[in-house]
Amino acid sequence: MDRTQLLLALSITLFSLGFVGVMVRRNALVMLMCMELMLNGVILSLVAFAAHSATLAGAVLVFLVFVVAAAEIAIAIPIVLLLSRQKRSLDIGAYSELKG
Amino acid sequence: MNLLTLIVLLPLAGFLLNGLAGPRLGKGFVSVVGCGLPILAFLATVRAFMQLNGAEGAALVETAYTWAVVGDFSFDIAFYFDRLSALMTLIVTGVGSLIHIYSTGYMKDDASYARYFAYLNLFLFFMLLLVLGRSLLVCFVGWEGVGLASYLLIGFWFDDPAKAQAGKKAFITNRVGDAGFLLGMFLIYHALGTLDFDAVNAAFTGPVAPAVSASLVGLLLFIGATGKSAQIPLHVWLPDAMAGPTPVSALIHAATMVTAGVYLVARLNGLYLQAPEASQVIAVVGLATAFFAATIAVVQTDIKKVLAYSTVSQLGLMFLALGVGAYGVAVFHVYTHAFFKACLFLGAGSVIHAMSGEQDIRKMGGLARKIPVTFATFAVATAAIAGIPPLAGFFSKDEILWFAFASETGGSPLLWAIASFSALLTSFYMFRLLWLTFLTPSRMDHQTEHHVHESPFSMTSVLIVLAVLSAVGGFFHVYDFLEPVMPMPAASESLHHLKMPLIYVATAVAFAGLGLAWFVYRDGLARGDRLRQRFAGAHRLLSGKYYVDELYEAVLGRPLHWISDRVFLVLGDRALIDGSLHGLAATAQRAAGRLSRVETGNLQTYVLLVVLGLVASLAWMWRNG
Repeated sequence: MDRTQLLLALSITLFSLGFVGVMVRRNALVMLMCMELMLNGVILSLVAFAAHSATLAGAVLVFLVFVVAAAEIAIAIPIVLLLSRQKRSLDIGAYSELKG
Repeated sequence: MNLLTLIVLLPLAGFLLNGLAGPRLGKGFVSVVGCGLPILAFLATVRAFMQLNGAEGAALVETAYTWAVVGDFSFDIAFYFDRLSALMTLIVTGVGSLIHIYSTGYMKDDASYARYFAYLNLFLFFMLLLVLGRSLLVCFVGWEGVGLASYLLIGFWFDDPAKAQAGKKAFITNRVGDAGFLLGMFLIYHALGTLDFDAVNAAFTGPVAPAVSASLVGLLLFIGATGKSAQIPLHVWLPDAMAGPTPVSALIHAATMVTAGVYLVARLNGLYLQAPEASQVIAVVGLATAFFAATIAVVQTDIKKVLAYSTVSQLGLMFLALGVGAYGVAVFHVYTHAFFKACLFLGAGSVIHAMSGEQDIRKMGGLARKIPVTFATFAVATAAIAGIPPLAGFFSKDEILWFAFASETGGSPLLWAIASFSALLTSFYMFRLLWLTFLTPSRMDHQTEHHVHESPFSMTSVLIVLAVLSAVGGFFHVYDFLEPVMPMPAASESLHHLKMPLIYVATAVAFAGLGLAWFVYRDGLARGDRLRQRFAGAHRLLSGKYYVDELYEAVLGRPLHWISDRVFLVLGDRALIDGSLHGLAATAQRAAGRLSRVETGNLQTYVLLVVLGLVASLAWMWRNG
């Protein structure tokens, strides 16, 4: 198994762990962290392919994605904070008013 | 100088002035405008008439406006003034002006004085458009317009539902006829490419026969004429039209508008000369109308209803004349009829005025001494319509009877016999009316009797003028005057020796009617009542007007209601239109209800669905990409 394959397997593992975490956990903060895990898995695959094809563009793109992810989490955390202030709970089951 | 356009536009100006400004400017203004402009139109007509005579009978033609140009054919609003339209225009503006003057007295206390004169002027405008129009198109605009004015005036007192209903009945019945008129017009335009009367007549009398059956066109146009001129089977509206003010009945439903059908057929005499089948139908329908209407008139007890049925009957005689090819004679009768029938209606108006609104002749009697001017003029007009020589009606009716007997284009002794019998009935019911109203001992209640008074000068003067015209009008032989426009039919040579005897018979018939009426009604109602009891069945049939209204109600009215209710309302409107709209809305609602269940409020479900969707689309791309 060469390096790229190892890295891809690791990326898939990270992604799946994050996905399972999003699916089974009910705590909003933990779900956020799991989403970050999924994102990291995806970025790892991006880097792996970039290294495999020996292009610099992939490495540059990764930094862009990090910046965007940081901005996104900077918004997501305050939202979760405001939610928890509203109902004193981080259980997402408590926030189902938009149910059809 | 656009004399003809001026004639037409003067009454329109009166309509606009009275309709827009009349109610604010007071009755004086309304009377001056309402009567003045028709009189000016009459004077302009006289001037045009002198120009026509100066031009040796060549028709005056004026194009007022080009309405539309389609290909190489242009629809013009053009006016055509030959001897026939000259005579009709003189009648319309002349009798019209007189009736306007009479109305200033009759409608003096009406709250809607200005509206009344506005409508009356509007009627004159459309009627002039009808008789002066050069093409069928302009004529049709006038034709519809007089229908509208007639509707407005019949329902003039529209707060009475019965009167509003009568207006609607007149309008709707006329629409049936108008459909025939339109179809005839389409056929003519399709075949000839023109609608001008002179061109149509020339095309049908020309050497090359047009590619359309003259009889078909003639019959379709005659259907239009039966509507406007109240012939069987569309005669039902005219008696009901008496709901309007009496001067309106005189002007529209006796003297002018109802003769529009006669005018139309006479105008297109070139076409009808080539249509013997259509002419036969016209003669038979006219004769049947004359006869049946006369029988109904015998039992009517409302003074205006008697006159209404008499109008229907006289119109039938005119169509009989048209049917046997004697177009000039029919117009002659239009002309004399305009005088004596206007006089009779206005006289009836004067009687109603005197009787404080009572119209039942069984409750009148003895009015001769109380309202002598009305009586004298009414008597002259009655004698004229009955055909007593030498009054106007005698000459025109006698000519009609002669041509019904001897015309080589459809005359026959049978037509003559039935027409003469109708004339006998006419004479009888008219003198019955005269006796019951004026001569028998009074049957009024005390209150009414106390109030009886002669009408004001504005009304009696008009009555006198019309009575004089009814007396001497017959000496102007219209058919000779119209000979260049409308040739007279040939009378069979072998019958010429019978002409004088037939005149004696006609005179005897008129006097027989007079004598019969005198015999039955000289002392009042007693003998008439005994006759009624003896012939109760016949009386019921006649006073039920042969149950034509009931027949139409059963054959047309009720099925129409049923279809409207059951098919169009329940199936069409409710089931189809409402149903499909409501169904669409309900489907959308139900679908939304189902789909909204996906929104569980559970974040994990959403994530799962998103991922499933992503995986599915990726798989699809992998397989097909």
